[in-house]
Amino acid sequence: MRRVAKLSAACIATAALALTATACGSTSSQNDSSSSASSGGGKGIKIGLAYDVGGRGDRSFNDSAARGADKAVKEFNGSIKELTAKPSDTEADREQRLTDLASAGYNPIVAVGFSYAASVDKVAKQFPKVNFGLIDSVATSPNVDSITFTEEQGSYLAGVAAALKTKKDHVGFIGGVDVPLIKKFEAGYVQGVHDTNAKVKVDVQYLTHGSDTSGFSSPDKGKAAAQGMLDNGADVIYSAAGSSGNGSIEAVHGAKGAWAIGVDSDQYNIPGLAAYKSSILTSMVKNVDVGVYDFIKSVHDGKPLTGNQVYSLAKNGVGLATSGGFIDDIKAQLDAAKKKIVDGTVKVKTAP
Amino acid sequence: MNKLTQRIDKERLLLGIAAPLLAIVAALVVTALVILATGKNPGSAFSDMVTYGSASDSQVYILNKATTYYLAGVSVAIGFRMNLFNIGVDGQYRIAAFFAAVLGGALTTPGWISIPLIILCAMATGALWAAIAGVLKVTRGVSEVISTIMLNSIATAIIAYLLQPGKLAELQSGGTVISTKPLPSSSYFFQINTGAAGELWGFIVIAVVVGVAYWFVLGRTRFGFDLRTVGQSESAAMASGVSVKKMIATSMVISGAVAGLIGMPTLLNDSHQFSNDFPTGIGFTGIAIALLGRNNPVGIALGALLWGFLERTTNHLEFEGYDKEILGVIQGVIVLCVVIAYELVGRYGLRRQQQRVGAELAAQAATTQKQEVA
Repeated sequence: MRRVAKLSAACIATAALALTATACGSTSSQNDSSSSASSGGGKGIKIGLAYDVGGRGDRSFNDSAARGADKAVKEFNGSIKELTAKPSDTEADREQRLTDLASAGYNPIVAVGFSYAASVDKVAKQFPKVNFGLIDSVATSPNVDSITFTEEQGSYLAGVAAALKTKKDHVGFIGGVDVPLIKKFEAGYVQGVHDTNAKVKVDVQYLTHGSDTSGFSSPDKGKAAAQGMLDNGADVIYSAAGSSGNGSIEAVHGAKGAWAIGVDSDQYNIPGLAAYKSSILTSMVKNVDVGVYDFIKSVHDGKPLTGNQVYSLAKNGVGLATSGGFIDDIKAQLDAAKKKIVDGTVKVKTAP
Repeated sequence: MNKLTQRIDKERLLLGIAAPLLAIVAALVVTALVILATGKNPGSAFSDMVTYGSASDSQVYILNKATTYYLAGVSVAIGFRMNLFNIGVDGQYRIAAFFAAVLGGALTTPGWISIPLIILCAMATGALWAAIAGVLKVTRGVSEVISTIMLNSIATAIIAYLLQPGKLAELQSGGTVISTKPLPSSSYFFQINTGAAGELWGFIVIAVVVGVAYWFVLGRTRFGFDLRTVGQSESAAMASGVSVKKMIATSMVISGAVAGLIGMPTLLNDSHQFSNDFPTGIGFTGIAIALLGRNNPVGIALGALLWGFLERTTNHLEFEGYDKEILGVIQGVIVLCVVIAYELVGRYGLRRQQQRVGAELAAQAATTQKQEVA
């Protein structure tokens, strides 16, 4: 009996302690705002960037967003604060990242990647005067600019190029994670290949599944998957897999006569991939940098963009890179395909 | 005699405090050296961690995270006490949370029926998934380490197969997030509103109940005694009439059932749906926390809180310009230090005890000899 009494007393004491501590302390944003007020802060626009898994230096998706912000900073004379997601993130971690940026006075804040969709909506409501940009998904708060791209249209062109360049009538697609966004890439690519040459076989492989997002940041997995496809007879491989694509490009470079198609950035011109650039046929460029720059510029000009900005093939939001000149010989066919998509004769599927 | 027991108790208490203290000091020193090596100031990093970590919204974050981690730690600890290495907690909680979310989305019953049903469904799914490894071990002698780690991958594949539009999931607006049907708001678990600091998840109550049950069943029942006996020596347990096979299967099932609870705070208090960004890898965090807490219900709670504190504050360290990888370094160093410190202190305590017993025996022998001589 005594033990029960002692135990319950201890429980109540702990609970009371925890509650008083919670009620009395000031929140971290109050701490932050007081400290940042005293430090003054630099002049110009203060841009906050919350990256997806991989962060700056992934030579692909995140780097493209970073380029847009870099350009804006150069032009408008400001500063950038960057935070990066971890694969083990929960909703609370993403909210913390955005809240930290907002309460430290960063405005605009760009959330790079669809996993921020819910957290941007929530944090944007808490900071109605801060402008948020969200890449690859759509949020509903009035102070959010949702920046989306028609990846399936650009991937269709990549498929056309692959079908025209393959010698073995066998090509491959490597997706980072089997999420709807990456399936848009797959759907467009496969349709582009088959519309050009129905005989070409397309291997499709995803590196990780479901909630395991490591497929976007594991070059080793990309390399193994590409090696498997090459051994299986494919000779053009398109990877939409964040930094995992670096591994796939490396594997393709090791095979004679095989081509890699890059994604998001013009990977031919990425210094870290210079050793393999002779194997990079083209890249399906997703101009995240344009979206990010447009958004930051609009905030800087005092007329912040809101709603959903769709960067389509018609607006050059997506397209094929021509660096290296490897696809110059098929330019006519690619232009014809592009024209058909833009004028609506070809409807590209968004799901395989 | 009375004096002697008092002295031993005091010494044990001292040694008990010495181990975690030693571990934390050693971990602090190593982390400071690592931060110094990156050319930054460790002092300001630690002070930032303390000020940021003690803010009220940080406290709520830490308690919410610790709720999840505590359940993971207990789930792993049940296996550890039995000498079973349940690496499969990760797969068990994910598949459990998935099916519980599917059930929760389909239910239209009032909350007081739905919530217990969702929780029971999660526990049953986790238990069943763990039971596969348990049955394989007792009937075929398959090492649970191998089978559970394989079952993790299978769980991932099953979820990926079923979490597709048209199967058990739907595409959300924006076309990028895919999730199960959201729970009706009547099935939300209660939360404690702390004002500006955010919502404290009510599931912390369930975590405390699980902790008390763990302490009671293992320490105060015959089942718990049998379980610990099997963990310490299978042959001794068998000789005293315990069915080892039955105990292995049962404890695996219980570990899995608790693992099923891990995803519940997130599902019932936060996300209200299972989407493709549901947190992963918490089962592995649970292994570290069970090690940190020495399988003790209070120790696991402290470990879970420490883990939450570290995640919260190192997230902010990145904001202050430190490398974000520092979190992994600190966590790894702490676990290593704790394991080493306990081993060192344990050996030291054992040697002291042996010395003392030896001295007493010698003294006794000396007096009896004297008496004989006299």
